[in-house]
Amino acid sequence: MADTQSKELKVREKQELTSPAEQTTPGLVFTPAVDIFETDKEITLLADIPGVNADDLTIDLRDNTLTLSTSLASVENKNEEEILVEYETGRYYRQFTLGELVSQENIDAKLSDGVLRLTLPKIEKATPKKIAVKSG
Amino acid sequence: MIYRRLFDFPTWRVRSPFEELAQMRRQMDRLFEDAATPYQRALAGVFPLINLTEDKDNYYVRAELPGVKADELDIQATANNIAISGERKIAAEVEGARYHRREREAGNFSRMIGLPGDINPDKVEASLENGILTVVVSKAEAAKPKQITVKS
Repeated sequence: MADTQSKELKVREKQELTSPAEQTTPGLVFTPAVDIFETDKEITLLADIPGVNADDLTIDLRDNTLTLSTSLASVENKNEEEILVEYETGRYYRQFTLGELVSQENIDAKLSDGVLRLTLPKIEKATPKKIAVKSG
Repeated sequence: MIYRRLFDFPTWRVRSPFEELAQMRRQMDRLFEDAATPYQRALAGVFPLINLTEDKDNYYVRAELPGVKADELDIQATANNIAISGERKIAAEVEGARYHRREREAGNFSRMIGLPGDINPDKVEASLENGILTVVVSKAEAAKPKQITVKS
C-alpha cells in the first residue's frame, strides 16, 4: 500500500464495544481500528491502541479465535482539572476468527508508538503423499 | 438597541423585535450547553481529538496519535495558542498482500488549540509515548493563581 499523500485526516470517534461480552470491570471498552492482510506465509494484524504499555496487552489464540485485550490504559494525573474532553480512555477489546491454522509458537508481537503489529505465520500444510497403486 | 439607549429607563422600555430573537438564541445556547455537559465533546471536529487539563502551573494538551513519529510532528506555541500539525504515515506493505480489513488511515492533520489563559511560549514541552502526545504548557506568570494571605 502506497503512502496516501495530501489527504486530510478526519476525526473518527473511538468505537465503543457494542456487545458487552461479560464485562466485569468498570470503564469503557473500545474496539481498536485494525488492518489485516495476509500473504502466502503469514497473516499480519496492525492495531491502533494508543496509551497501552506492552505489559498491559494480552493476546490470546485458541481454537482459531484471536483475542486482543488490554487492561485500563493511561490514567491521567488526578491533580489535573479537566477543561475539555474530546476523547475518552479505556480498555481495548477485539476478537478475530482466523480462517487458517496458525503456528502458535511463532507468533510475533511488536508494540511501537501505540501500534501493535502481530505476525501470525501459517502452518505449512502437509504435502499430500502420492501412493502408487501397483497392479498385479 | 438604539431605543433602549434613548429611553433608558424601565417604564419607557421599547422591546425591539431583535431582542426576542436574542433571547431565543440565549435559550437555545443554554439548551445545547446542557446537552453537552459534563463534557463538551468533539467541539472542533478536527483531527486529532484533544483532551485539555490544567493544574496550578501548567496546561496539559493530550492527543492520541498512534503510529506518528516524533519527527513527523510540528508543534508551535504563540501567546495563547498551540498549533499541532503533522502527518500520519502508513508504510507500504509487502507486494501481493491481500487485505481483509483496512481501517487505519493515513494523512495530514493540523489543529490549533486556544488555551483559556495566557501561556509562556518559551516553556512548552512535548512528549510522545505509546502513541499519546502530551504537551505541557507552562502558564504565564500573570495567569497563575496567587495565594493571598488574609491579615488578621
